[in-house]
Amino acid sequence: MLSKFKGDTLYFIVFSLVLFVIVQALISLGVVNNFWRGIIFWGAAITMVTLGLNLIYGFNGQFSLGQYGFYAIGAYASADITYRWVHGDASGLAVVIFGSILSLVFYALVAAGLRRFYNVSTMTKFTAYTLATILAFWIVAGFLKGPLTSMAMGVVGNMPPKIEQNVVFFFALLGGALLAGIASFLFGIPVLELGSDYFGIATLGFTIIIKVLLDNTDTILGFPEMKGARGMIGIPKWTTWPWVFVSFMFVVIVMRNLLHSSTGRAILSVREDERAATLVGIDVASVKILAFVVGSFFAGLAGGIRAHDLAFLHPQSFNFIQSFNPLIIVVLGGLGSMTGTILTGFLWIILLEGALRLYLPAGFETWRFVVYPLILLLMMLLRPEGLFGQYELPFLRRPLPAPRKKQAAKEVAQ
Amino acid sequence: MGVRAEGSTQMNTTFLNRKNGAWLNRLSAGLFALLGVGVLYVLGKAFVDNPSVFTQQVMNGLQLGFIYALIALGYTMIYGIVKLINFAHGDVFMVGAFTSFYAIATMNLHRWPARVWPSMPEGTVVLIGTITVILLSMLVSGILAIVMERFAYRPLRNKPRIAALITAIGVSFFLEYFGALPFVFTNNYITYPRPFEVVVYDAGTIPPAAMIGMWVLFIVSVAAYIVLRVMGKKGNAAAQAWARHPLLQFGMLFGGFLAVVLTLAGVKIEVGGKVWDLSASNVMLVIMGSSIILQVGLQYIVTQTKLGKAMRAAAYDKPAARLMGINVDYVIASTFALGGGLAGAAGVLYATAFKQVHHLMGIIPGLKAFVAAVIGGIGSIPGAFVGGLIMGETEVLAAGFISTPMRDAIAFSMLIVVLLVWPQGIFGEPPGEKV
Repeated sequence: MLSKFKGDTLYFIVFSLVLFVIVQALISLGVVNNFWRGIIFWGAAITMVTLGLNLIYGFNGQFSLGQYGFYAIGAYASADITYRWVHGDASGLAVVIFGSILSLVFYALVAAGLRRFYNVSTMTKFTAYTLATILAFWIVAGFLKGPLTSMAMGVVGNMPPKIEQNVVFFFALLGGALLAGIASFLFGIPVLELGSDYFGIATLGFTIIIKVLLDNTDTILGFPEMKGARGMIGIPKWTTWPWVFVSFMFVVIVMRNLLHSSTGRAILSVREDERAATLVGIDVASVKILAFVVGSFFAGLAGGIRAHDLAFLHPQSFNFIQSFNPLIIVVLGGLGSMTGTILTGFLWIILLEGALRLYLPAGFETWRFVVYPLILLLMMLLRPEGLFGQYELPFLRRPLPAPRKKQAAKEVAQ
Repeated sequence: MGVRAEGSTQMNTTFLNRKNGAWLNRLSAGLFALLGVGVLYVLGKAFVDNPSVFTQQVMNGLQLGFIYALIALGYTMIYGIVKLINFAHGDVFMVGAFTSFYAIATMNLHRWPARVWPSMPEGTVVLIGTITVILLSMLVSGILAIVMERFAYRPLRNKPRIAALITAIGVSFFLEYFGALPFVFTNNYITYPRPFEVVVYDAGTIPPAAMIGMWVLFIVSVAAYIVLRVMGKKGNAAAQAWARHPLLQFGMLFGGFLAVVLTLAGVKIEVGGKVWDLSASNVMLVIMGSSIILQVGLQYIVTQTKLGKAMRAAAYDKPAARLMGINVDYVIASTFALGGGLAGAAGVLYATAFKQVHHLMGIIPGLKAFVAAVIGGIGSIPGAFVGGLIMGETEVLAAGFISTPMRDAIAFSMLIVVLLVWPQGIFGEPPGEKV
């Protein structure tokens, strides 16, 4: 079993385990206080959001500003699940999880049905999948809510409290991420057809729509516990370092393996040239949707982590000005570089929200947004490819064939 | 992915057995049409219930739409020529509003003719003063746009497009938060002193001469347009050129819109217990009038002058334009200046209408104006105008009759709906086959 992991992979596993142990020890010993723990968790969440954006924009070439919308969906959905659970109501858990599963089943049926037709327009696909989603959630929320809720309560509620909390948290994170993925799937079908700039603006519109919906959760959407524009309070503070670490590693490894697979090469080829990708037989539309859904799934997962760390959600923290943050991090770190994104994401939060806030005089806060656009401008002038360019850590580096020139030279020499 | 994952034999058979999905497409289009019919039903019901209020809302929508149209013109020109979404355009709009605020509140610029010639009649003072304030804001915003282009965008013109986009976001943040500093503007909401007093006209206070004059202007210019078109069809080249002249457009737009608004406001009838009694404020008339004048002026520059020709050439193909001896840098800078000037004027009009200035006031109107430009077809000047009006009407009608808190959400979903139906926008050209 262990012999399968060789070289870089082994180093990576050992390094990340050591990192895990060190940070856990620092937190347990109290060296890292609450403020810095929050900064680390926040950095991990932002980095997960940004890795998702890097998959969408850096690797697949679809300029998106909607990442914070999916982040918000994940945060609010998972927070609602745990909030209801803490208040003795398992309906949030049951409806989100089973509704998502039923939606996925229906998607498979719709996809199988649509495959029997040619000449199907985007609008038809969008309508079919939207109706399938509405139907699935209507069935679950309307008819199966009672039995499923009591079933979830019976199965999970009888566990020991420590395990129960972790199981519920797991399903809350999963539910938030699934909802974000489903939303991105439905939104992506029509909008990904539009092409680069229009897609960017449409996703920006999506972020604004989500923000407006969050402002009205208690009045229009009918979730009084989310308290609309006043901000949701009373979310259990369940995020711990192991949870952050596991979800972060999940994102990194899933993304790394996805990019190393043939699907990942299809994703890259769509970025390089859509026409050429179509010509070699890649289904460009579904590759784009795949990258978009996976990236948004990551954002939803990060939202759950962040919500249960902060224990307070406010629509203002998901407005579209914030949604430029992941874009700036991706570009600073280097488009198409996972290493760059990870390092820049953590540095961004640690510097801007941690160190500078702590060590600079109080008047700095007003100057913060004056100075960092200037740094951004200088950065764009001096190094537009980002701090790390295309550099990757050995574990994350895609296995490429040896450059042809050298090979040819060798053959000639032999 | 599913198609690729299937076995080849199975795929072949399913491929052969596929049926035409056209009826499915018709079905889904029908569902969408049903949704549209639902919206129309809600609006129609509101109109039938209270036609006076509904028409008043439509007129308010026009007021907002003309402001959006002015901002959208800058977006559409800049996108047309450098293919850049200038996120900082909304902040140029904000700077325009603040410039006029300081001009009015601290320098009292809108009263300058009264100080120079104390005997001047009040109406002329207000007119000249307001025009001065708008021109000053246009000048400042235009200069700001040129500076922005020179120091932020020009060095990046040959770099990847994302670099310029990130820079635009950076410039936008810089203007917003530099403006928030206490010694620049401030981070509070400030009450805006209007350059003129609000006067509300309704039936009785509108001079019939103005109404008739507008109708005459409208009818004469439409008639002239038709005559010139007919002459042009018969081979008269001069008539063909005159038919496209912005002066005729000015007559049609200015005369048409003002005539309709003045007539709607100037009529008072009572039908079956419902009173039709609308009003139009002078703010609304000033906004519509100056917006149309500026747009027609822009149309004149773009279609009739050498600079406009150079702009169209540079938008079509920059390297070729450069080979033809066009100074592309100068052309791009003047495009930014024109767009910035229009945004500055829009800032004054917006602040006059809503009586408030704030350092973040440019973001949402800026984005809505960009959406308007996309709806109209980006790169097209009439498109920006029509898109602006559509956005204004959507926002006001949605706020009035569908759901007030959701107005922004509905306005932005318009973008997605329109892009699905007309991917190039209403007036946009189909994409060129450039490979």
